[in-house]
Amino acid sequence: MLKISLSKLDSLFELIGSEKTLYLPIEKAGQVQFYQYEKGAKVRLDALQTVKSPKDLFFPQSECYARFQVKQNNISIEAIAPCDDKFVIFGVRACDAKSFELLDRVFLSEPVDAMYRSRRENGVVVTLSCNEPEETCFCKALGIDAAAPAGDVSAAIVGDELMMEARTEKGKELCEKLAALLTEADSKDIEAYENNKKAITEIINKLPYSDLDMSAFENANELEMFKSDKWEELSEACLGCGTCTFVCPTCQCYDIRDFDTGSGVTRFRCWDSCMYSEFTQAAGHNPRTTQMERFRQRFMHKLVYFPKNNDGEYSCVGCGRCLKKCPVSLNIVKVIKGLGGNK
Amino acid sequence: MQRAEMIKAKILELMQNKTVDRAIGWKRGEFFYDNSPAVFETPEELEDFVYDSFCGANLSKYLVKEAKKDGKVLVCIKPCDSYSLNQLLTEHRVDRSKIYVLGIGCDGMLDIELIRAKGIKGITAVKDDGETLTVDTVYGERTLPRSEAILGRCTVCKGGKHVIFDELVCADEEKEARGDRFEKVSELEAMTDDERFAFWRSELSKCIRCNACRNACPACTCEKCVFDNDASGYASKANSDTFEENMFHIIRAFHVAGRCTDCGECSRVCPEKIPLHLLNRKFIKDINELYGEYQAGETDNGRSPVTNFTKTDAEPSVIYERGGKN
Repeated sequence: MLKISLSKLDSLFELIGSEKTLYLPIEKAGQVQFYQYEKGAKVRLDALQTVKSPKDLFFPQSECYARFQVKQNNISIEAIAPCDDKFVIFGVRACDAKSFELLDRVFLSEPVDAMYRSRRENGVVVTLSCNEPEETCFCKALGIDAAAPAGDVSAAIVGDELMMEARTEKGKELCEKLAALLTEADSKDIEAYENNKKAITEIINKLPYSDLDMSAFENANELEMFKSDKWEELSEACLGCGTCTFVCPTCQCYDIRDFDTGSGVTRFRCWDSCMYSEFTQAAGHNPRTTQMERFRQRFMHKLVYFPKNNDGEYSCVGCGRCLKKCPVSLNIVKVIKGLGGNK
Repeated sequence: MQRAEMIKAKILELMQNKTVDRAIGWKRGEFFYDNSPAVFETPEELEDFVYDSFCGANLSKYLVKEAKKDGKVLVCIKPCDSYSLNQLLTEHRVDRSKIYVLGIGCDGMLDIELIRAKGIKGITAVKDDGETLTVDTVYGERTLPRSEAILGRCTVCKGGKHVIFDELVCADEEKEARGDRFEKVSELEAMTDDERFAFWRSELSKCIRCNACRNACPACTCEKCVFDNDASGYASKANSDTFEENMFHIIRAFHVAGRCTDCGECSRVCPEKIPLHLLNRKFIKDINELYGEYQAGETDNGRSPVTNFTKTDAEPSVIYERGGKN
């Protein structure tokens, strides 16, 4: 295990940034997001969560596919090559790191999404354990340990040191390049690191949703759950906005649109939300005409359909963003409890 | 009796004597701060009714849908929400005969996000003595002045008066208005063009196009929004360039100009905390200056200066001149 004093983090970021594009949780206009690091940026490693998850960096909210130019009678087509920028995302939490695995199941299975694959291959993920999880966190209920996040390099802030451990080849390569700034941790450091881990686990065990009962969804009767009379009540306040889907680290639905530039067309892919009224509009017909049906689809997908097709993995990592951001305080925990019958 | 209990008892009475068939209020959440709007149809459902400092949501827009159903629906309306409701009635979006307006008092709502912004994490309970909030967390107890956790839309208050109601419970109609709603607008007007442009670019570039502002807005009640309509040519689920989100918000502000009651829901619901209400307040300030003081929703038969031609209206040239100065 390696370490660096927190007071030297700026030089660490400078060094990473000189090699590769570096993304960090940075505060701009009062909100923390993963932004590209620049000298003087307000880095917020203390912020538990960014408003949007870091999935943006692999699966951007909007990305160009192709450009069509019309010149007299000719149309020229410019295909956009997958992005080959080498980058590091630093400070990813355990829940968000897990979301990358879930997104991989979607985008890296056949037919492989070339745009996504390229970013995954070029990105190095440095995770950070959560010293101060919040009451909205329920990663433990989904089998994630906030004290031991995955990633290419796992990091933890212990006292005034940042401890780092490479977990993959990509991670080792990064740590080697940073060797000049990092020192080997001694036994005392390792002990402090282990104690910090224990302290995190103790806090997690105190959180109200850590033992959220997921049993209702293990081998759930799909049709029975679909037909549950709870959906009306659970969804009745839903505004039909896309907040939950856009802040969610695992939502991965997208749409492909053409933008008329006047002299041509820009074809882009953008996030879509199953909460939107025209989400399933196809060939003049919309099979989900009510907000209840759209709401049901979102949670059936996360809790029933996705696990059914993905070795029992839920499409939720317990980050709690929807708990914080829904304008009318609807969220997946209320759905899990409502359908699980333990409320 | 506590205020919530008195309101609940009143709703129960009105349900039992068949004045109303159901009621829209707030339902207790999982924590103390995550209450959701809800429709109560039976006395049993009403058990979960809650009314406390975390009931910020303006319920008036739910009537667009709920008042179309059979029977009469009661709605809990705070003083500021009554302006939104009046505006909806003015625009014939809600049938007055199908609703029963229960005006309820309000001391100003709190915002859990503002408590979190103080670095307070793992919040499990809050005690409110009117001056100080004592917050229990899994990391121990923290305190902060109540004034620092007041929901943005409540820092400027129109006062305790309900402009529409059938009945009042625990209301304080005499409560005075508070705050200067144009303070920040004036600050923005005093900036140079470049500074103001930078301010809005910085704020609006956070937009994730979730449409929460539009969907929560009681003035945004188009059956089909132009931005959702594929046939319009303007449908957009994401920004196709970096300036598009700016235009979305500016267009939306234009669309609700003269109709926006300044309820503040847009800024309350924004996941990125963009101060969207300032765009609307700029329009309100301009309307006041050009056409005389006007408060949308003050009556249910008002005609906005923007849609009402009078011979004393400001000439376009006057507007242009004035625009050049600010």
